[in-house]
Amino acid sequence: MFKVEKRPVESRLMGYLSPVLAAVLTLVSGALLFLLLGQSPLEGLYTFFVMPLSDLYGLSELGVKAAPILLCAMGLAVCYRAKVWNIGAEGQLLFGALIGSWAALQLLQVEGAWVLPLVLLAGALGGMFWGLIPALLRTHFNTNEILTTIMLNYIALNVLLYGVHGPLKDPDGYNFPESALFSESTLLPTLLDGTRVHIGVLFALLAVAVVWVLLSRTFIGFQIRVLGLDSRAAHYAGYNEKRLVIFVLMLCGGLAGLAGVLEVTGPIGQLVPQVSPGYGYAAIIVAFLGRLHPVGILLASLLMALVYMGGEMVQIELGLPQALTGLFQGMLLLYLLACDFLIHYRIRLGGRATASVAAPVSEGA
Amino acid sequence: MTTAQPQPRLSLRNISKRFPGVLANDRVCLNLYPGEIHAMLGENGAGKSTLMKMIYGVMKPDEGEIYWQGGAVDIAEPAQARALGIGMVFQHFALFETLTVTENIALSLPAQEARDLKALGRRIREVSERYGMALEPDRLVHSLSIGARQRVEIVRCLIQDIKLLILDEPTSVLTPQEVEGLFKTLNQLAAEGCSILFISHKLNEVRALCHNATILRGGRVTGECKPVEESAHSIARMMVGEDTPLSTTYEKREGGDDFLVVRDLSLKSLDPFGTRLKNINLRVRKGEIVGIAGVAGNGQDELLAALSGERLGENAGQICVPAGRIALLPPLQRRIQGLAFVPEERLGRGAVPDMSLAENGLLTAFGAGLVKKGLVNWGRTRDFAQSIVDDFKVKCSGIDASAKSLSGGNLQKFIIGREIRQKPSLLLAAHPTWGVDIGAAVAIHKALIELRDAGTAILIVSEDIDELFEISDRICAICHGELSPLKAVSDTNIGEVGRWMTGDFDVVQDAGPTQGESHV
Repeated sequence: MFKVEKRPVESRLMGYLSPVLAAVLTLVSGALLFLLLGQSPLEGLYTFFVMPLSDLYGLSELGVKAAPILLCAMGLAVCYRAKVWNIGAEGQLLFGALIGSWAALQLLQVEGAWVLPLVLLAGALGGMFWGLIPALLRTHFNTNEILTTIMLNYIALNVLLYGVHGPLKDPDGYNFPESALFSESTLLPTLLDGTRVHIGVLFALLAVAVVWVLLSRTFIGFQIRVLGLDSRAAHYAGYNEKRLVIFVLMLCGGLAGLAGVLEVTGPIGQLVPQVSPGYGYAAIIVAFLGRLHPVGILLASLLMALVYMGGEMVQIELGLPQALTGLFQGMLLLYLLACDFLIHYRIRLGGRATASVAAPVSEGA
Repeated sequence: MTTAQPQPRLSLRNISKRFPGVLANDRVCLNLYPGEIHAMLGENGAGKSTLMKMIYGVMKPDEGEIYWQGGAVDIAEPAQARALGIGMVFQHFALFETLTVTENIALSLPAQEARDLKALGRRIREVSERYGMALEPDRLVHSLSIGARQRVEIVRCLIQDIKLLILDEPTSVLTPQEVEGLFKTLNQLAAEGCSILFISHKLNEVRALCHNATILRGGRVTGECKPVEESAHSIARMMVGEDTPLSTTYEKREGGDDFLVVRDLSLKSLDPFGTRLKNINLRVRKGEIVGIAGVAGNGQDELLAALSGERLGENAGQICVPAGRIALLPPLQRRIQGLAFVPEERLGRGAVPDMSLAENGLLTAFGAGLVKKGLVNWGRTRDFAQSIVDDFKVKCSGIDASAKSLSGGNLQKFIIGREIRQKPSLLLAAHPTWGVDIGAAVAIHKALIELRDAGTAILIVSEDIDELFEISDRICAICHGELSPLKAVSDTNIGEVGRWMTGDFDVVQDAGPTQGESHV
């Protein structure tokens, strides 16, 4: 039988290599998958991972896709550093998109440079509010944030659907569940002509810098790390756990909400039911793949964006189902968890589960 | 075996064990004869526990052989050691609190013996009576005192045919009276031919009990002796080497005005098996050290949590300092009022295991100018940690070393240094030298005395009575959540404090500043 035992020493090197190893294993499995689907593995991988980046437009799309993932993942990383298991970036993103859209629709007729910042702020505040709910539930009723944030994801999605089917539906939209198109002054400026890459990319990069400084230079970031590593020490030192939990969840909510409002004011331009193809969930993988470190997450978000684009590309070029995107995401996470597990533990064959019973014990005394 | 040259029951030959970066045991040899009580002496980190774990099959030696009754054995796991007749009582008991004594013991027995609990209960009673260890087989473990729990662990070993009993610092949790009882049992066992390995750093006990002693230092055997023929001082020298100062006596102080005043503090424990605090009254003066003796689990944790603010009181007046009533203030506010706290658990509370020493300095010392406008001044933080490492001679690879890489004693020096450096007006310290080697203990005591002389009020909770008598100015004991009278150390003696520890607070003649009168 198998026996799992803790390794006496964990390899630091392997800790860093584990995401790379996971990526390589994903590629190998992907190649096998293409083979089973009757495609040339090399061509499949080429189409999936290289073709999307073969021109400037492709590169710009990488930025478009990476920005929301990156924003969510930065927020999640802060939560996870505090061991607050927020799974709700998706819901926070959707709620931010909803509130931002509502604000944009109120301002359809208004011109001015302040309109866009106001809309973005509304979106971020919406996300913060959605993050505050599980935070208060945890600090006041001791609920498990994993469950509440997942539930709130579905609630946010349904509130958004209600919005586009009801009050926010475009009156001139032939009854499609979509809002009106946003006005020019509430749309994000693009960075490059002829592409969809917008200034949201800059917000995402700014978030990387802010979170980096937060975690490495500020005292509250230090408290967050202490709370995550050793909550008893945090309690002993007198750090206010409730305040920290509220802070990290609102920060993540704000960043995710910003990601949401950037989607609707950027590439989409209106509120639609499909604001996010699961960016908030993908960001969970990205946060761990990037080892909860800002730079690692930046790289991981690019990889994840590429997976999204690759999924579309194989659909167009090779006629394969787009479910491959989810498959590749899943494989990445699975391999990462497996690699991490094997860094901490080792598996021994032929456990001696029966040996202790077999040992004879002399009767008497 | 009856010849003039008896065969050793256990013989270790050139045992070596390596951990990454450390040679924990270096060619250790040891012979243990039937009926011998043998002490393993050494400071923390000398390799005693590692050696015992190899005998008990928890670890395997890298080199060397173990001979059992003359034959080479390869002890792969504790079950095998038990089958050979080796039993071990660990420092931290492995008992299920919600099960009875019999059920706990049954869990460690082979299935066919454990099935009949009634018969087992009779055997437990039989064994415990034969060795003078009072034990009720049907009692639930959570209702037992620490001493009784230890007896459960010992009986658990004796119920099988035992030839070698290993005890890891067994007296550290016992009252002086309980220690005497334990020694009687051990002497009786030895007289019947059982070999005993006794790990300790309490030299007077070793001298009273053990026939022979092996001294380890840095993983090597540095001496062997007959403890009766040596003085505690000369054994200590063998343990620490030539250049470490041994304990000194400190002048006792009267102290100034009251600083900490605890009035009628009663608190329920949050832990269902914890201790309820009953009517605690306590005053600690500026510039004095008050020691609280007591066996673990009698309310020490609850009292310290109430004083540090980790557990808030019920009304503000229960705990006062000159600046105000603080019983309702959270820990952070109390730190601002000048309180510092050295908790019992060094790793995982007093320090974050995976953080560096620099970061662990910041943990509580953020008020000492290390944080400005919410930003951490890492330069100053590193200097702060470095100064602790230098002044308190913390042995480490540098301030970037993680807290978990330090030995217990060195980490404790760091934590105490960190708290002292904040110039507190009140210092709470739980078990400041528990499991700490002699050299570090002396350094910690000196630091505490210096802090006292600088005018800080210090409250120390410890299970080590000798230590409390050495450094405290006034002393009391806690039992079942009640505090005994508080007396100047010069007006009392170890016997009286030992009685207080068992809840016998009677014969209070002098009218002390506090009254903690109670019944047995």
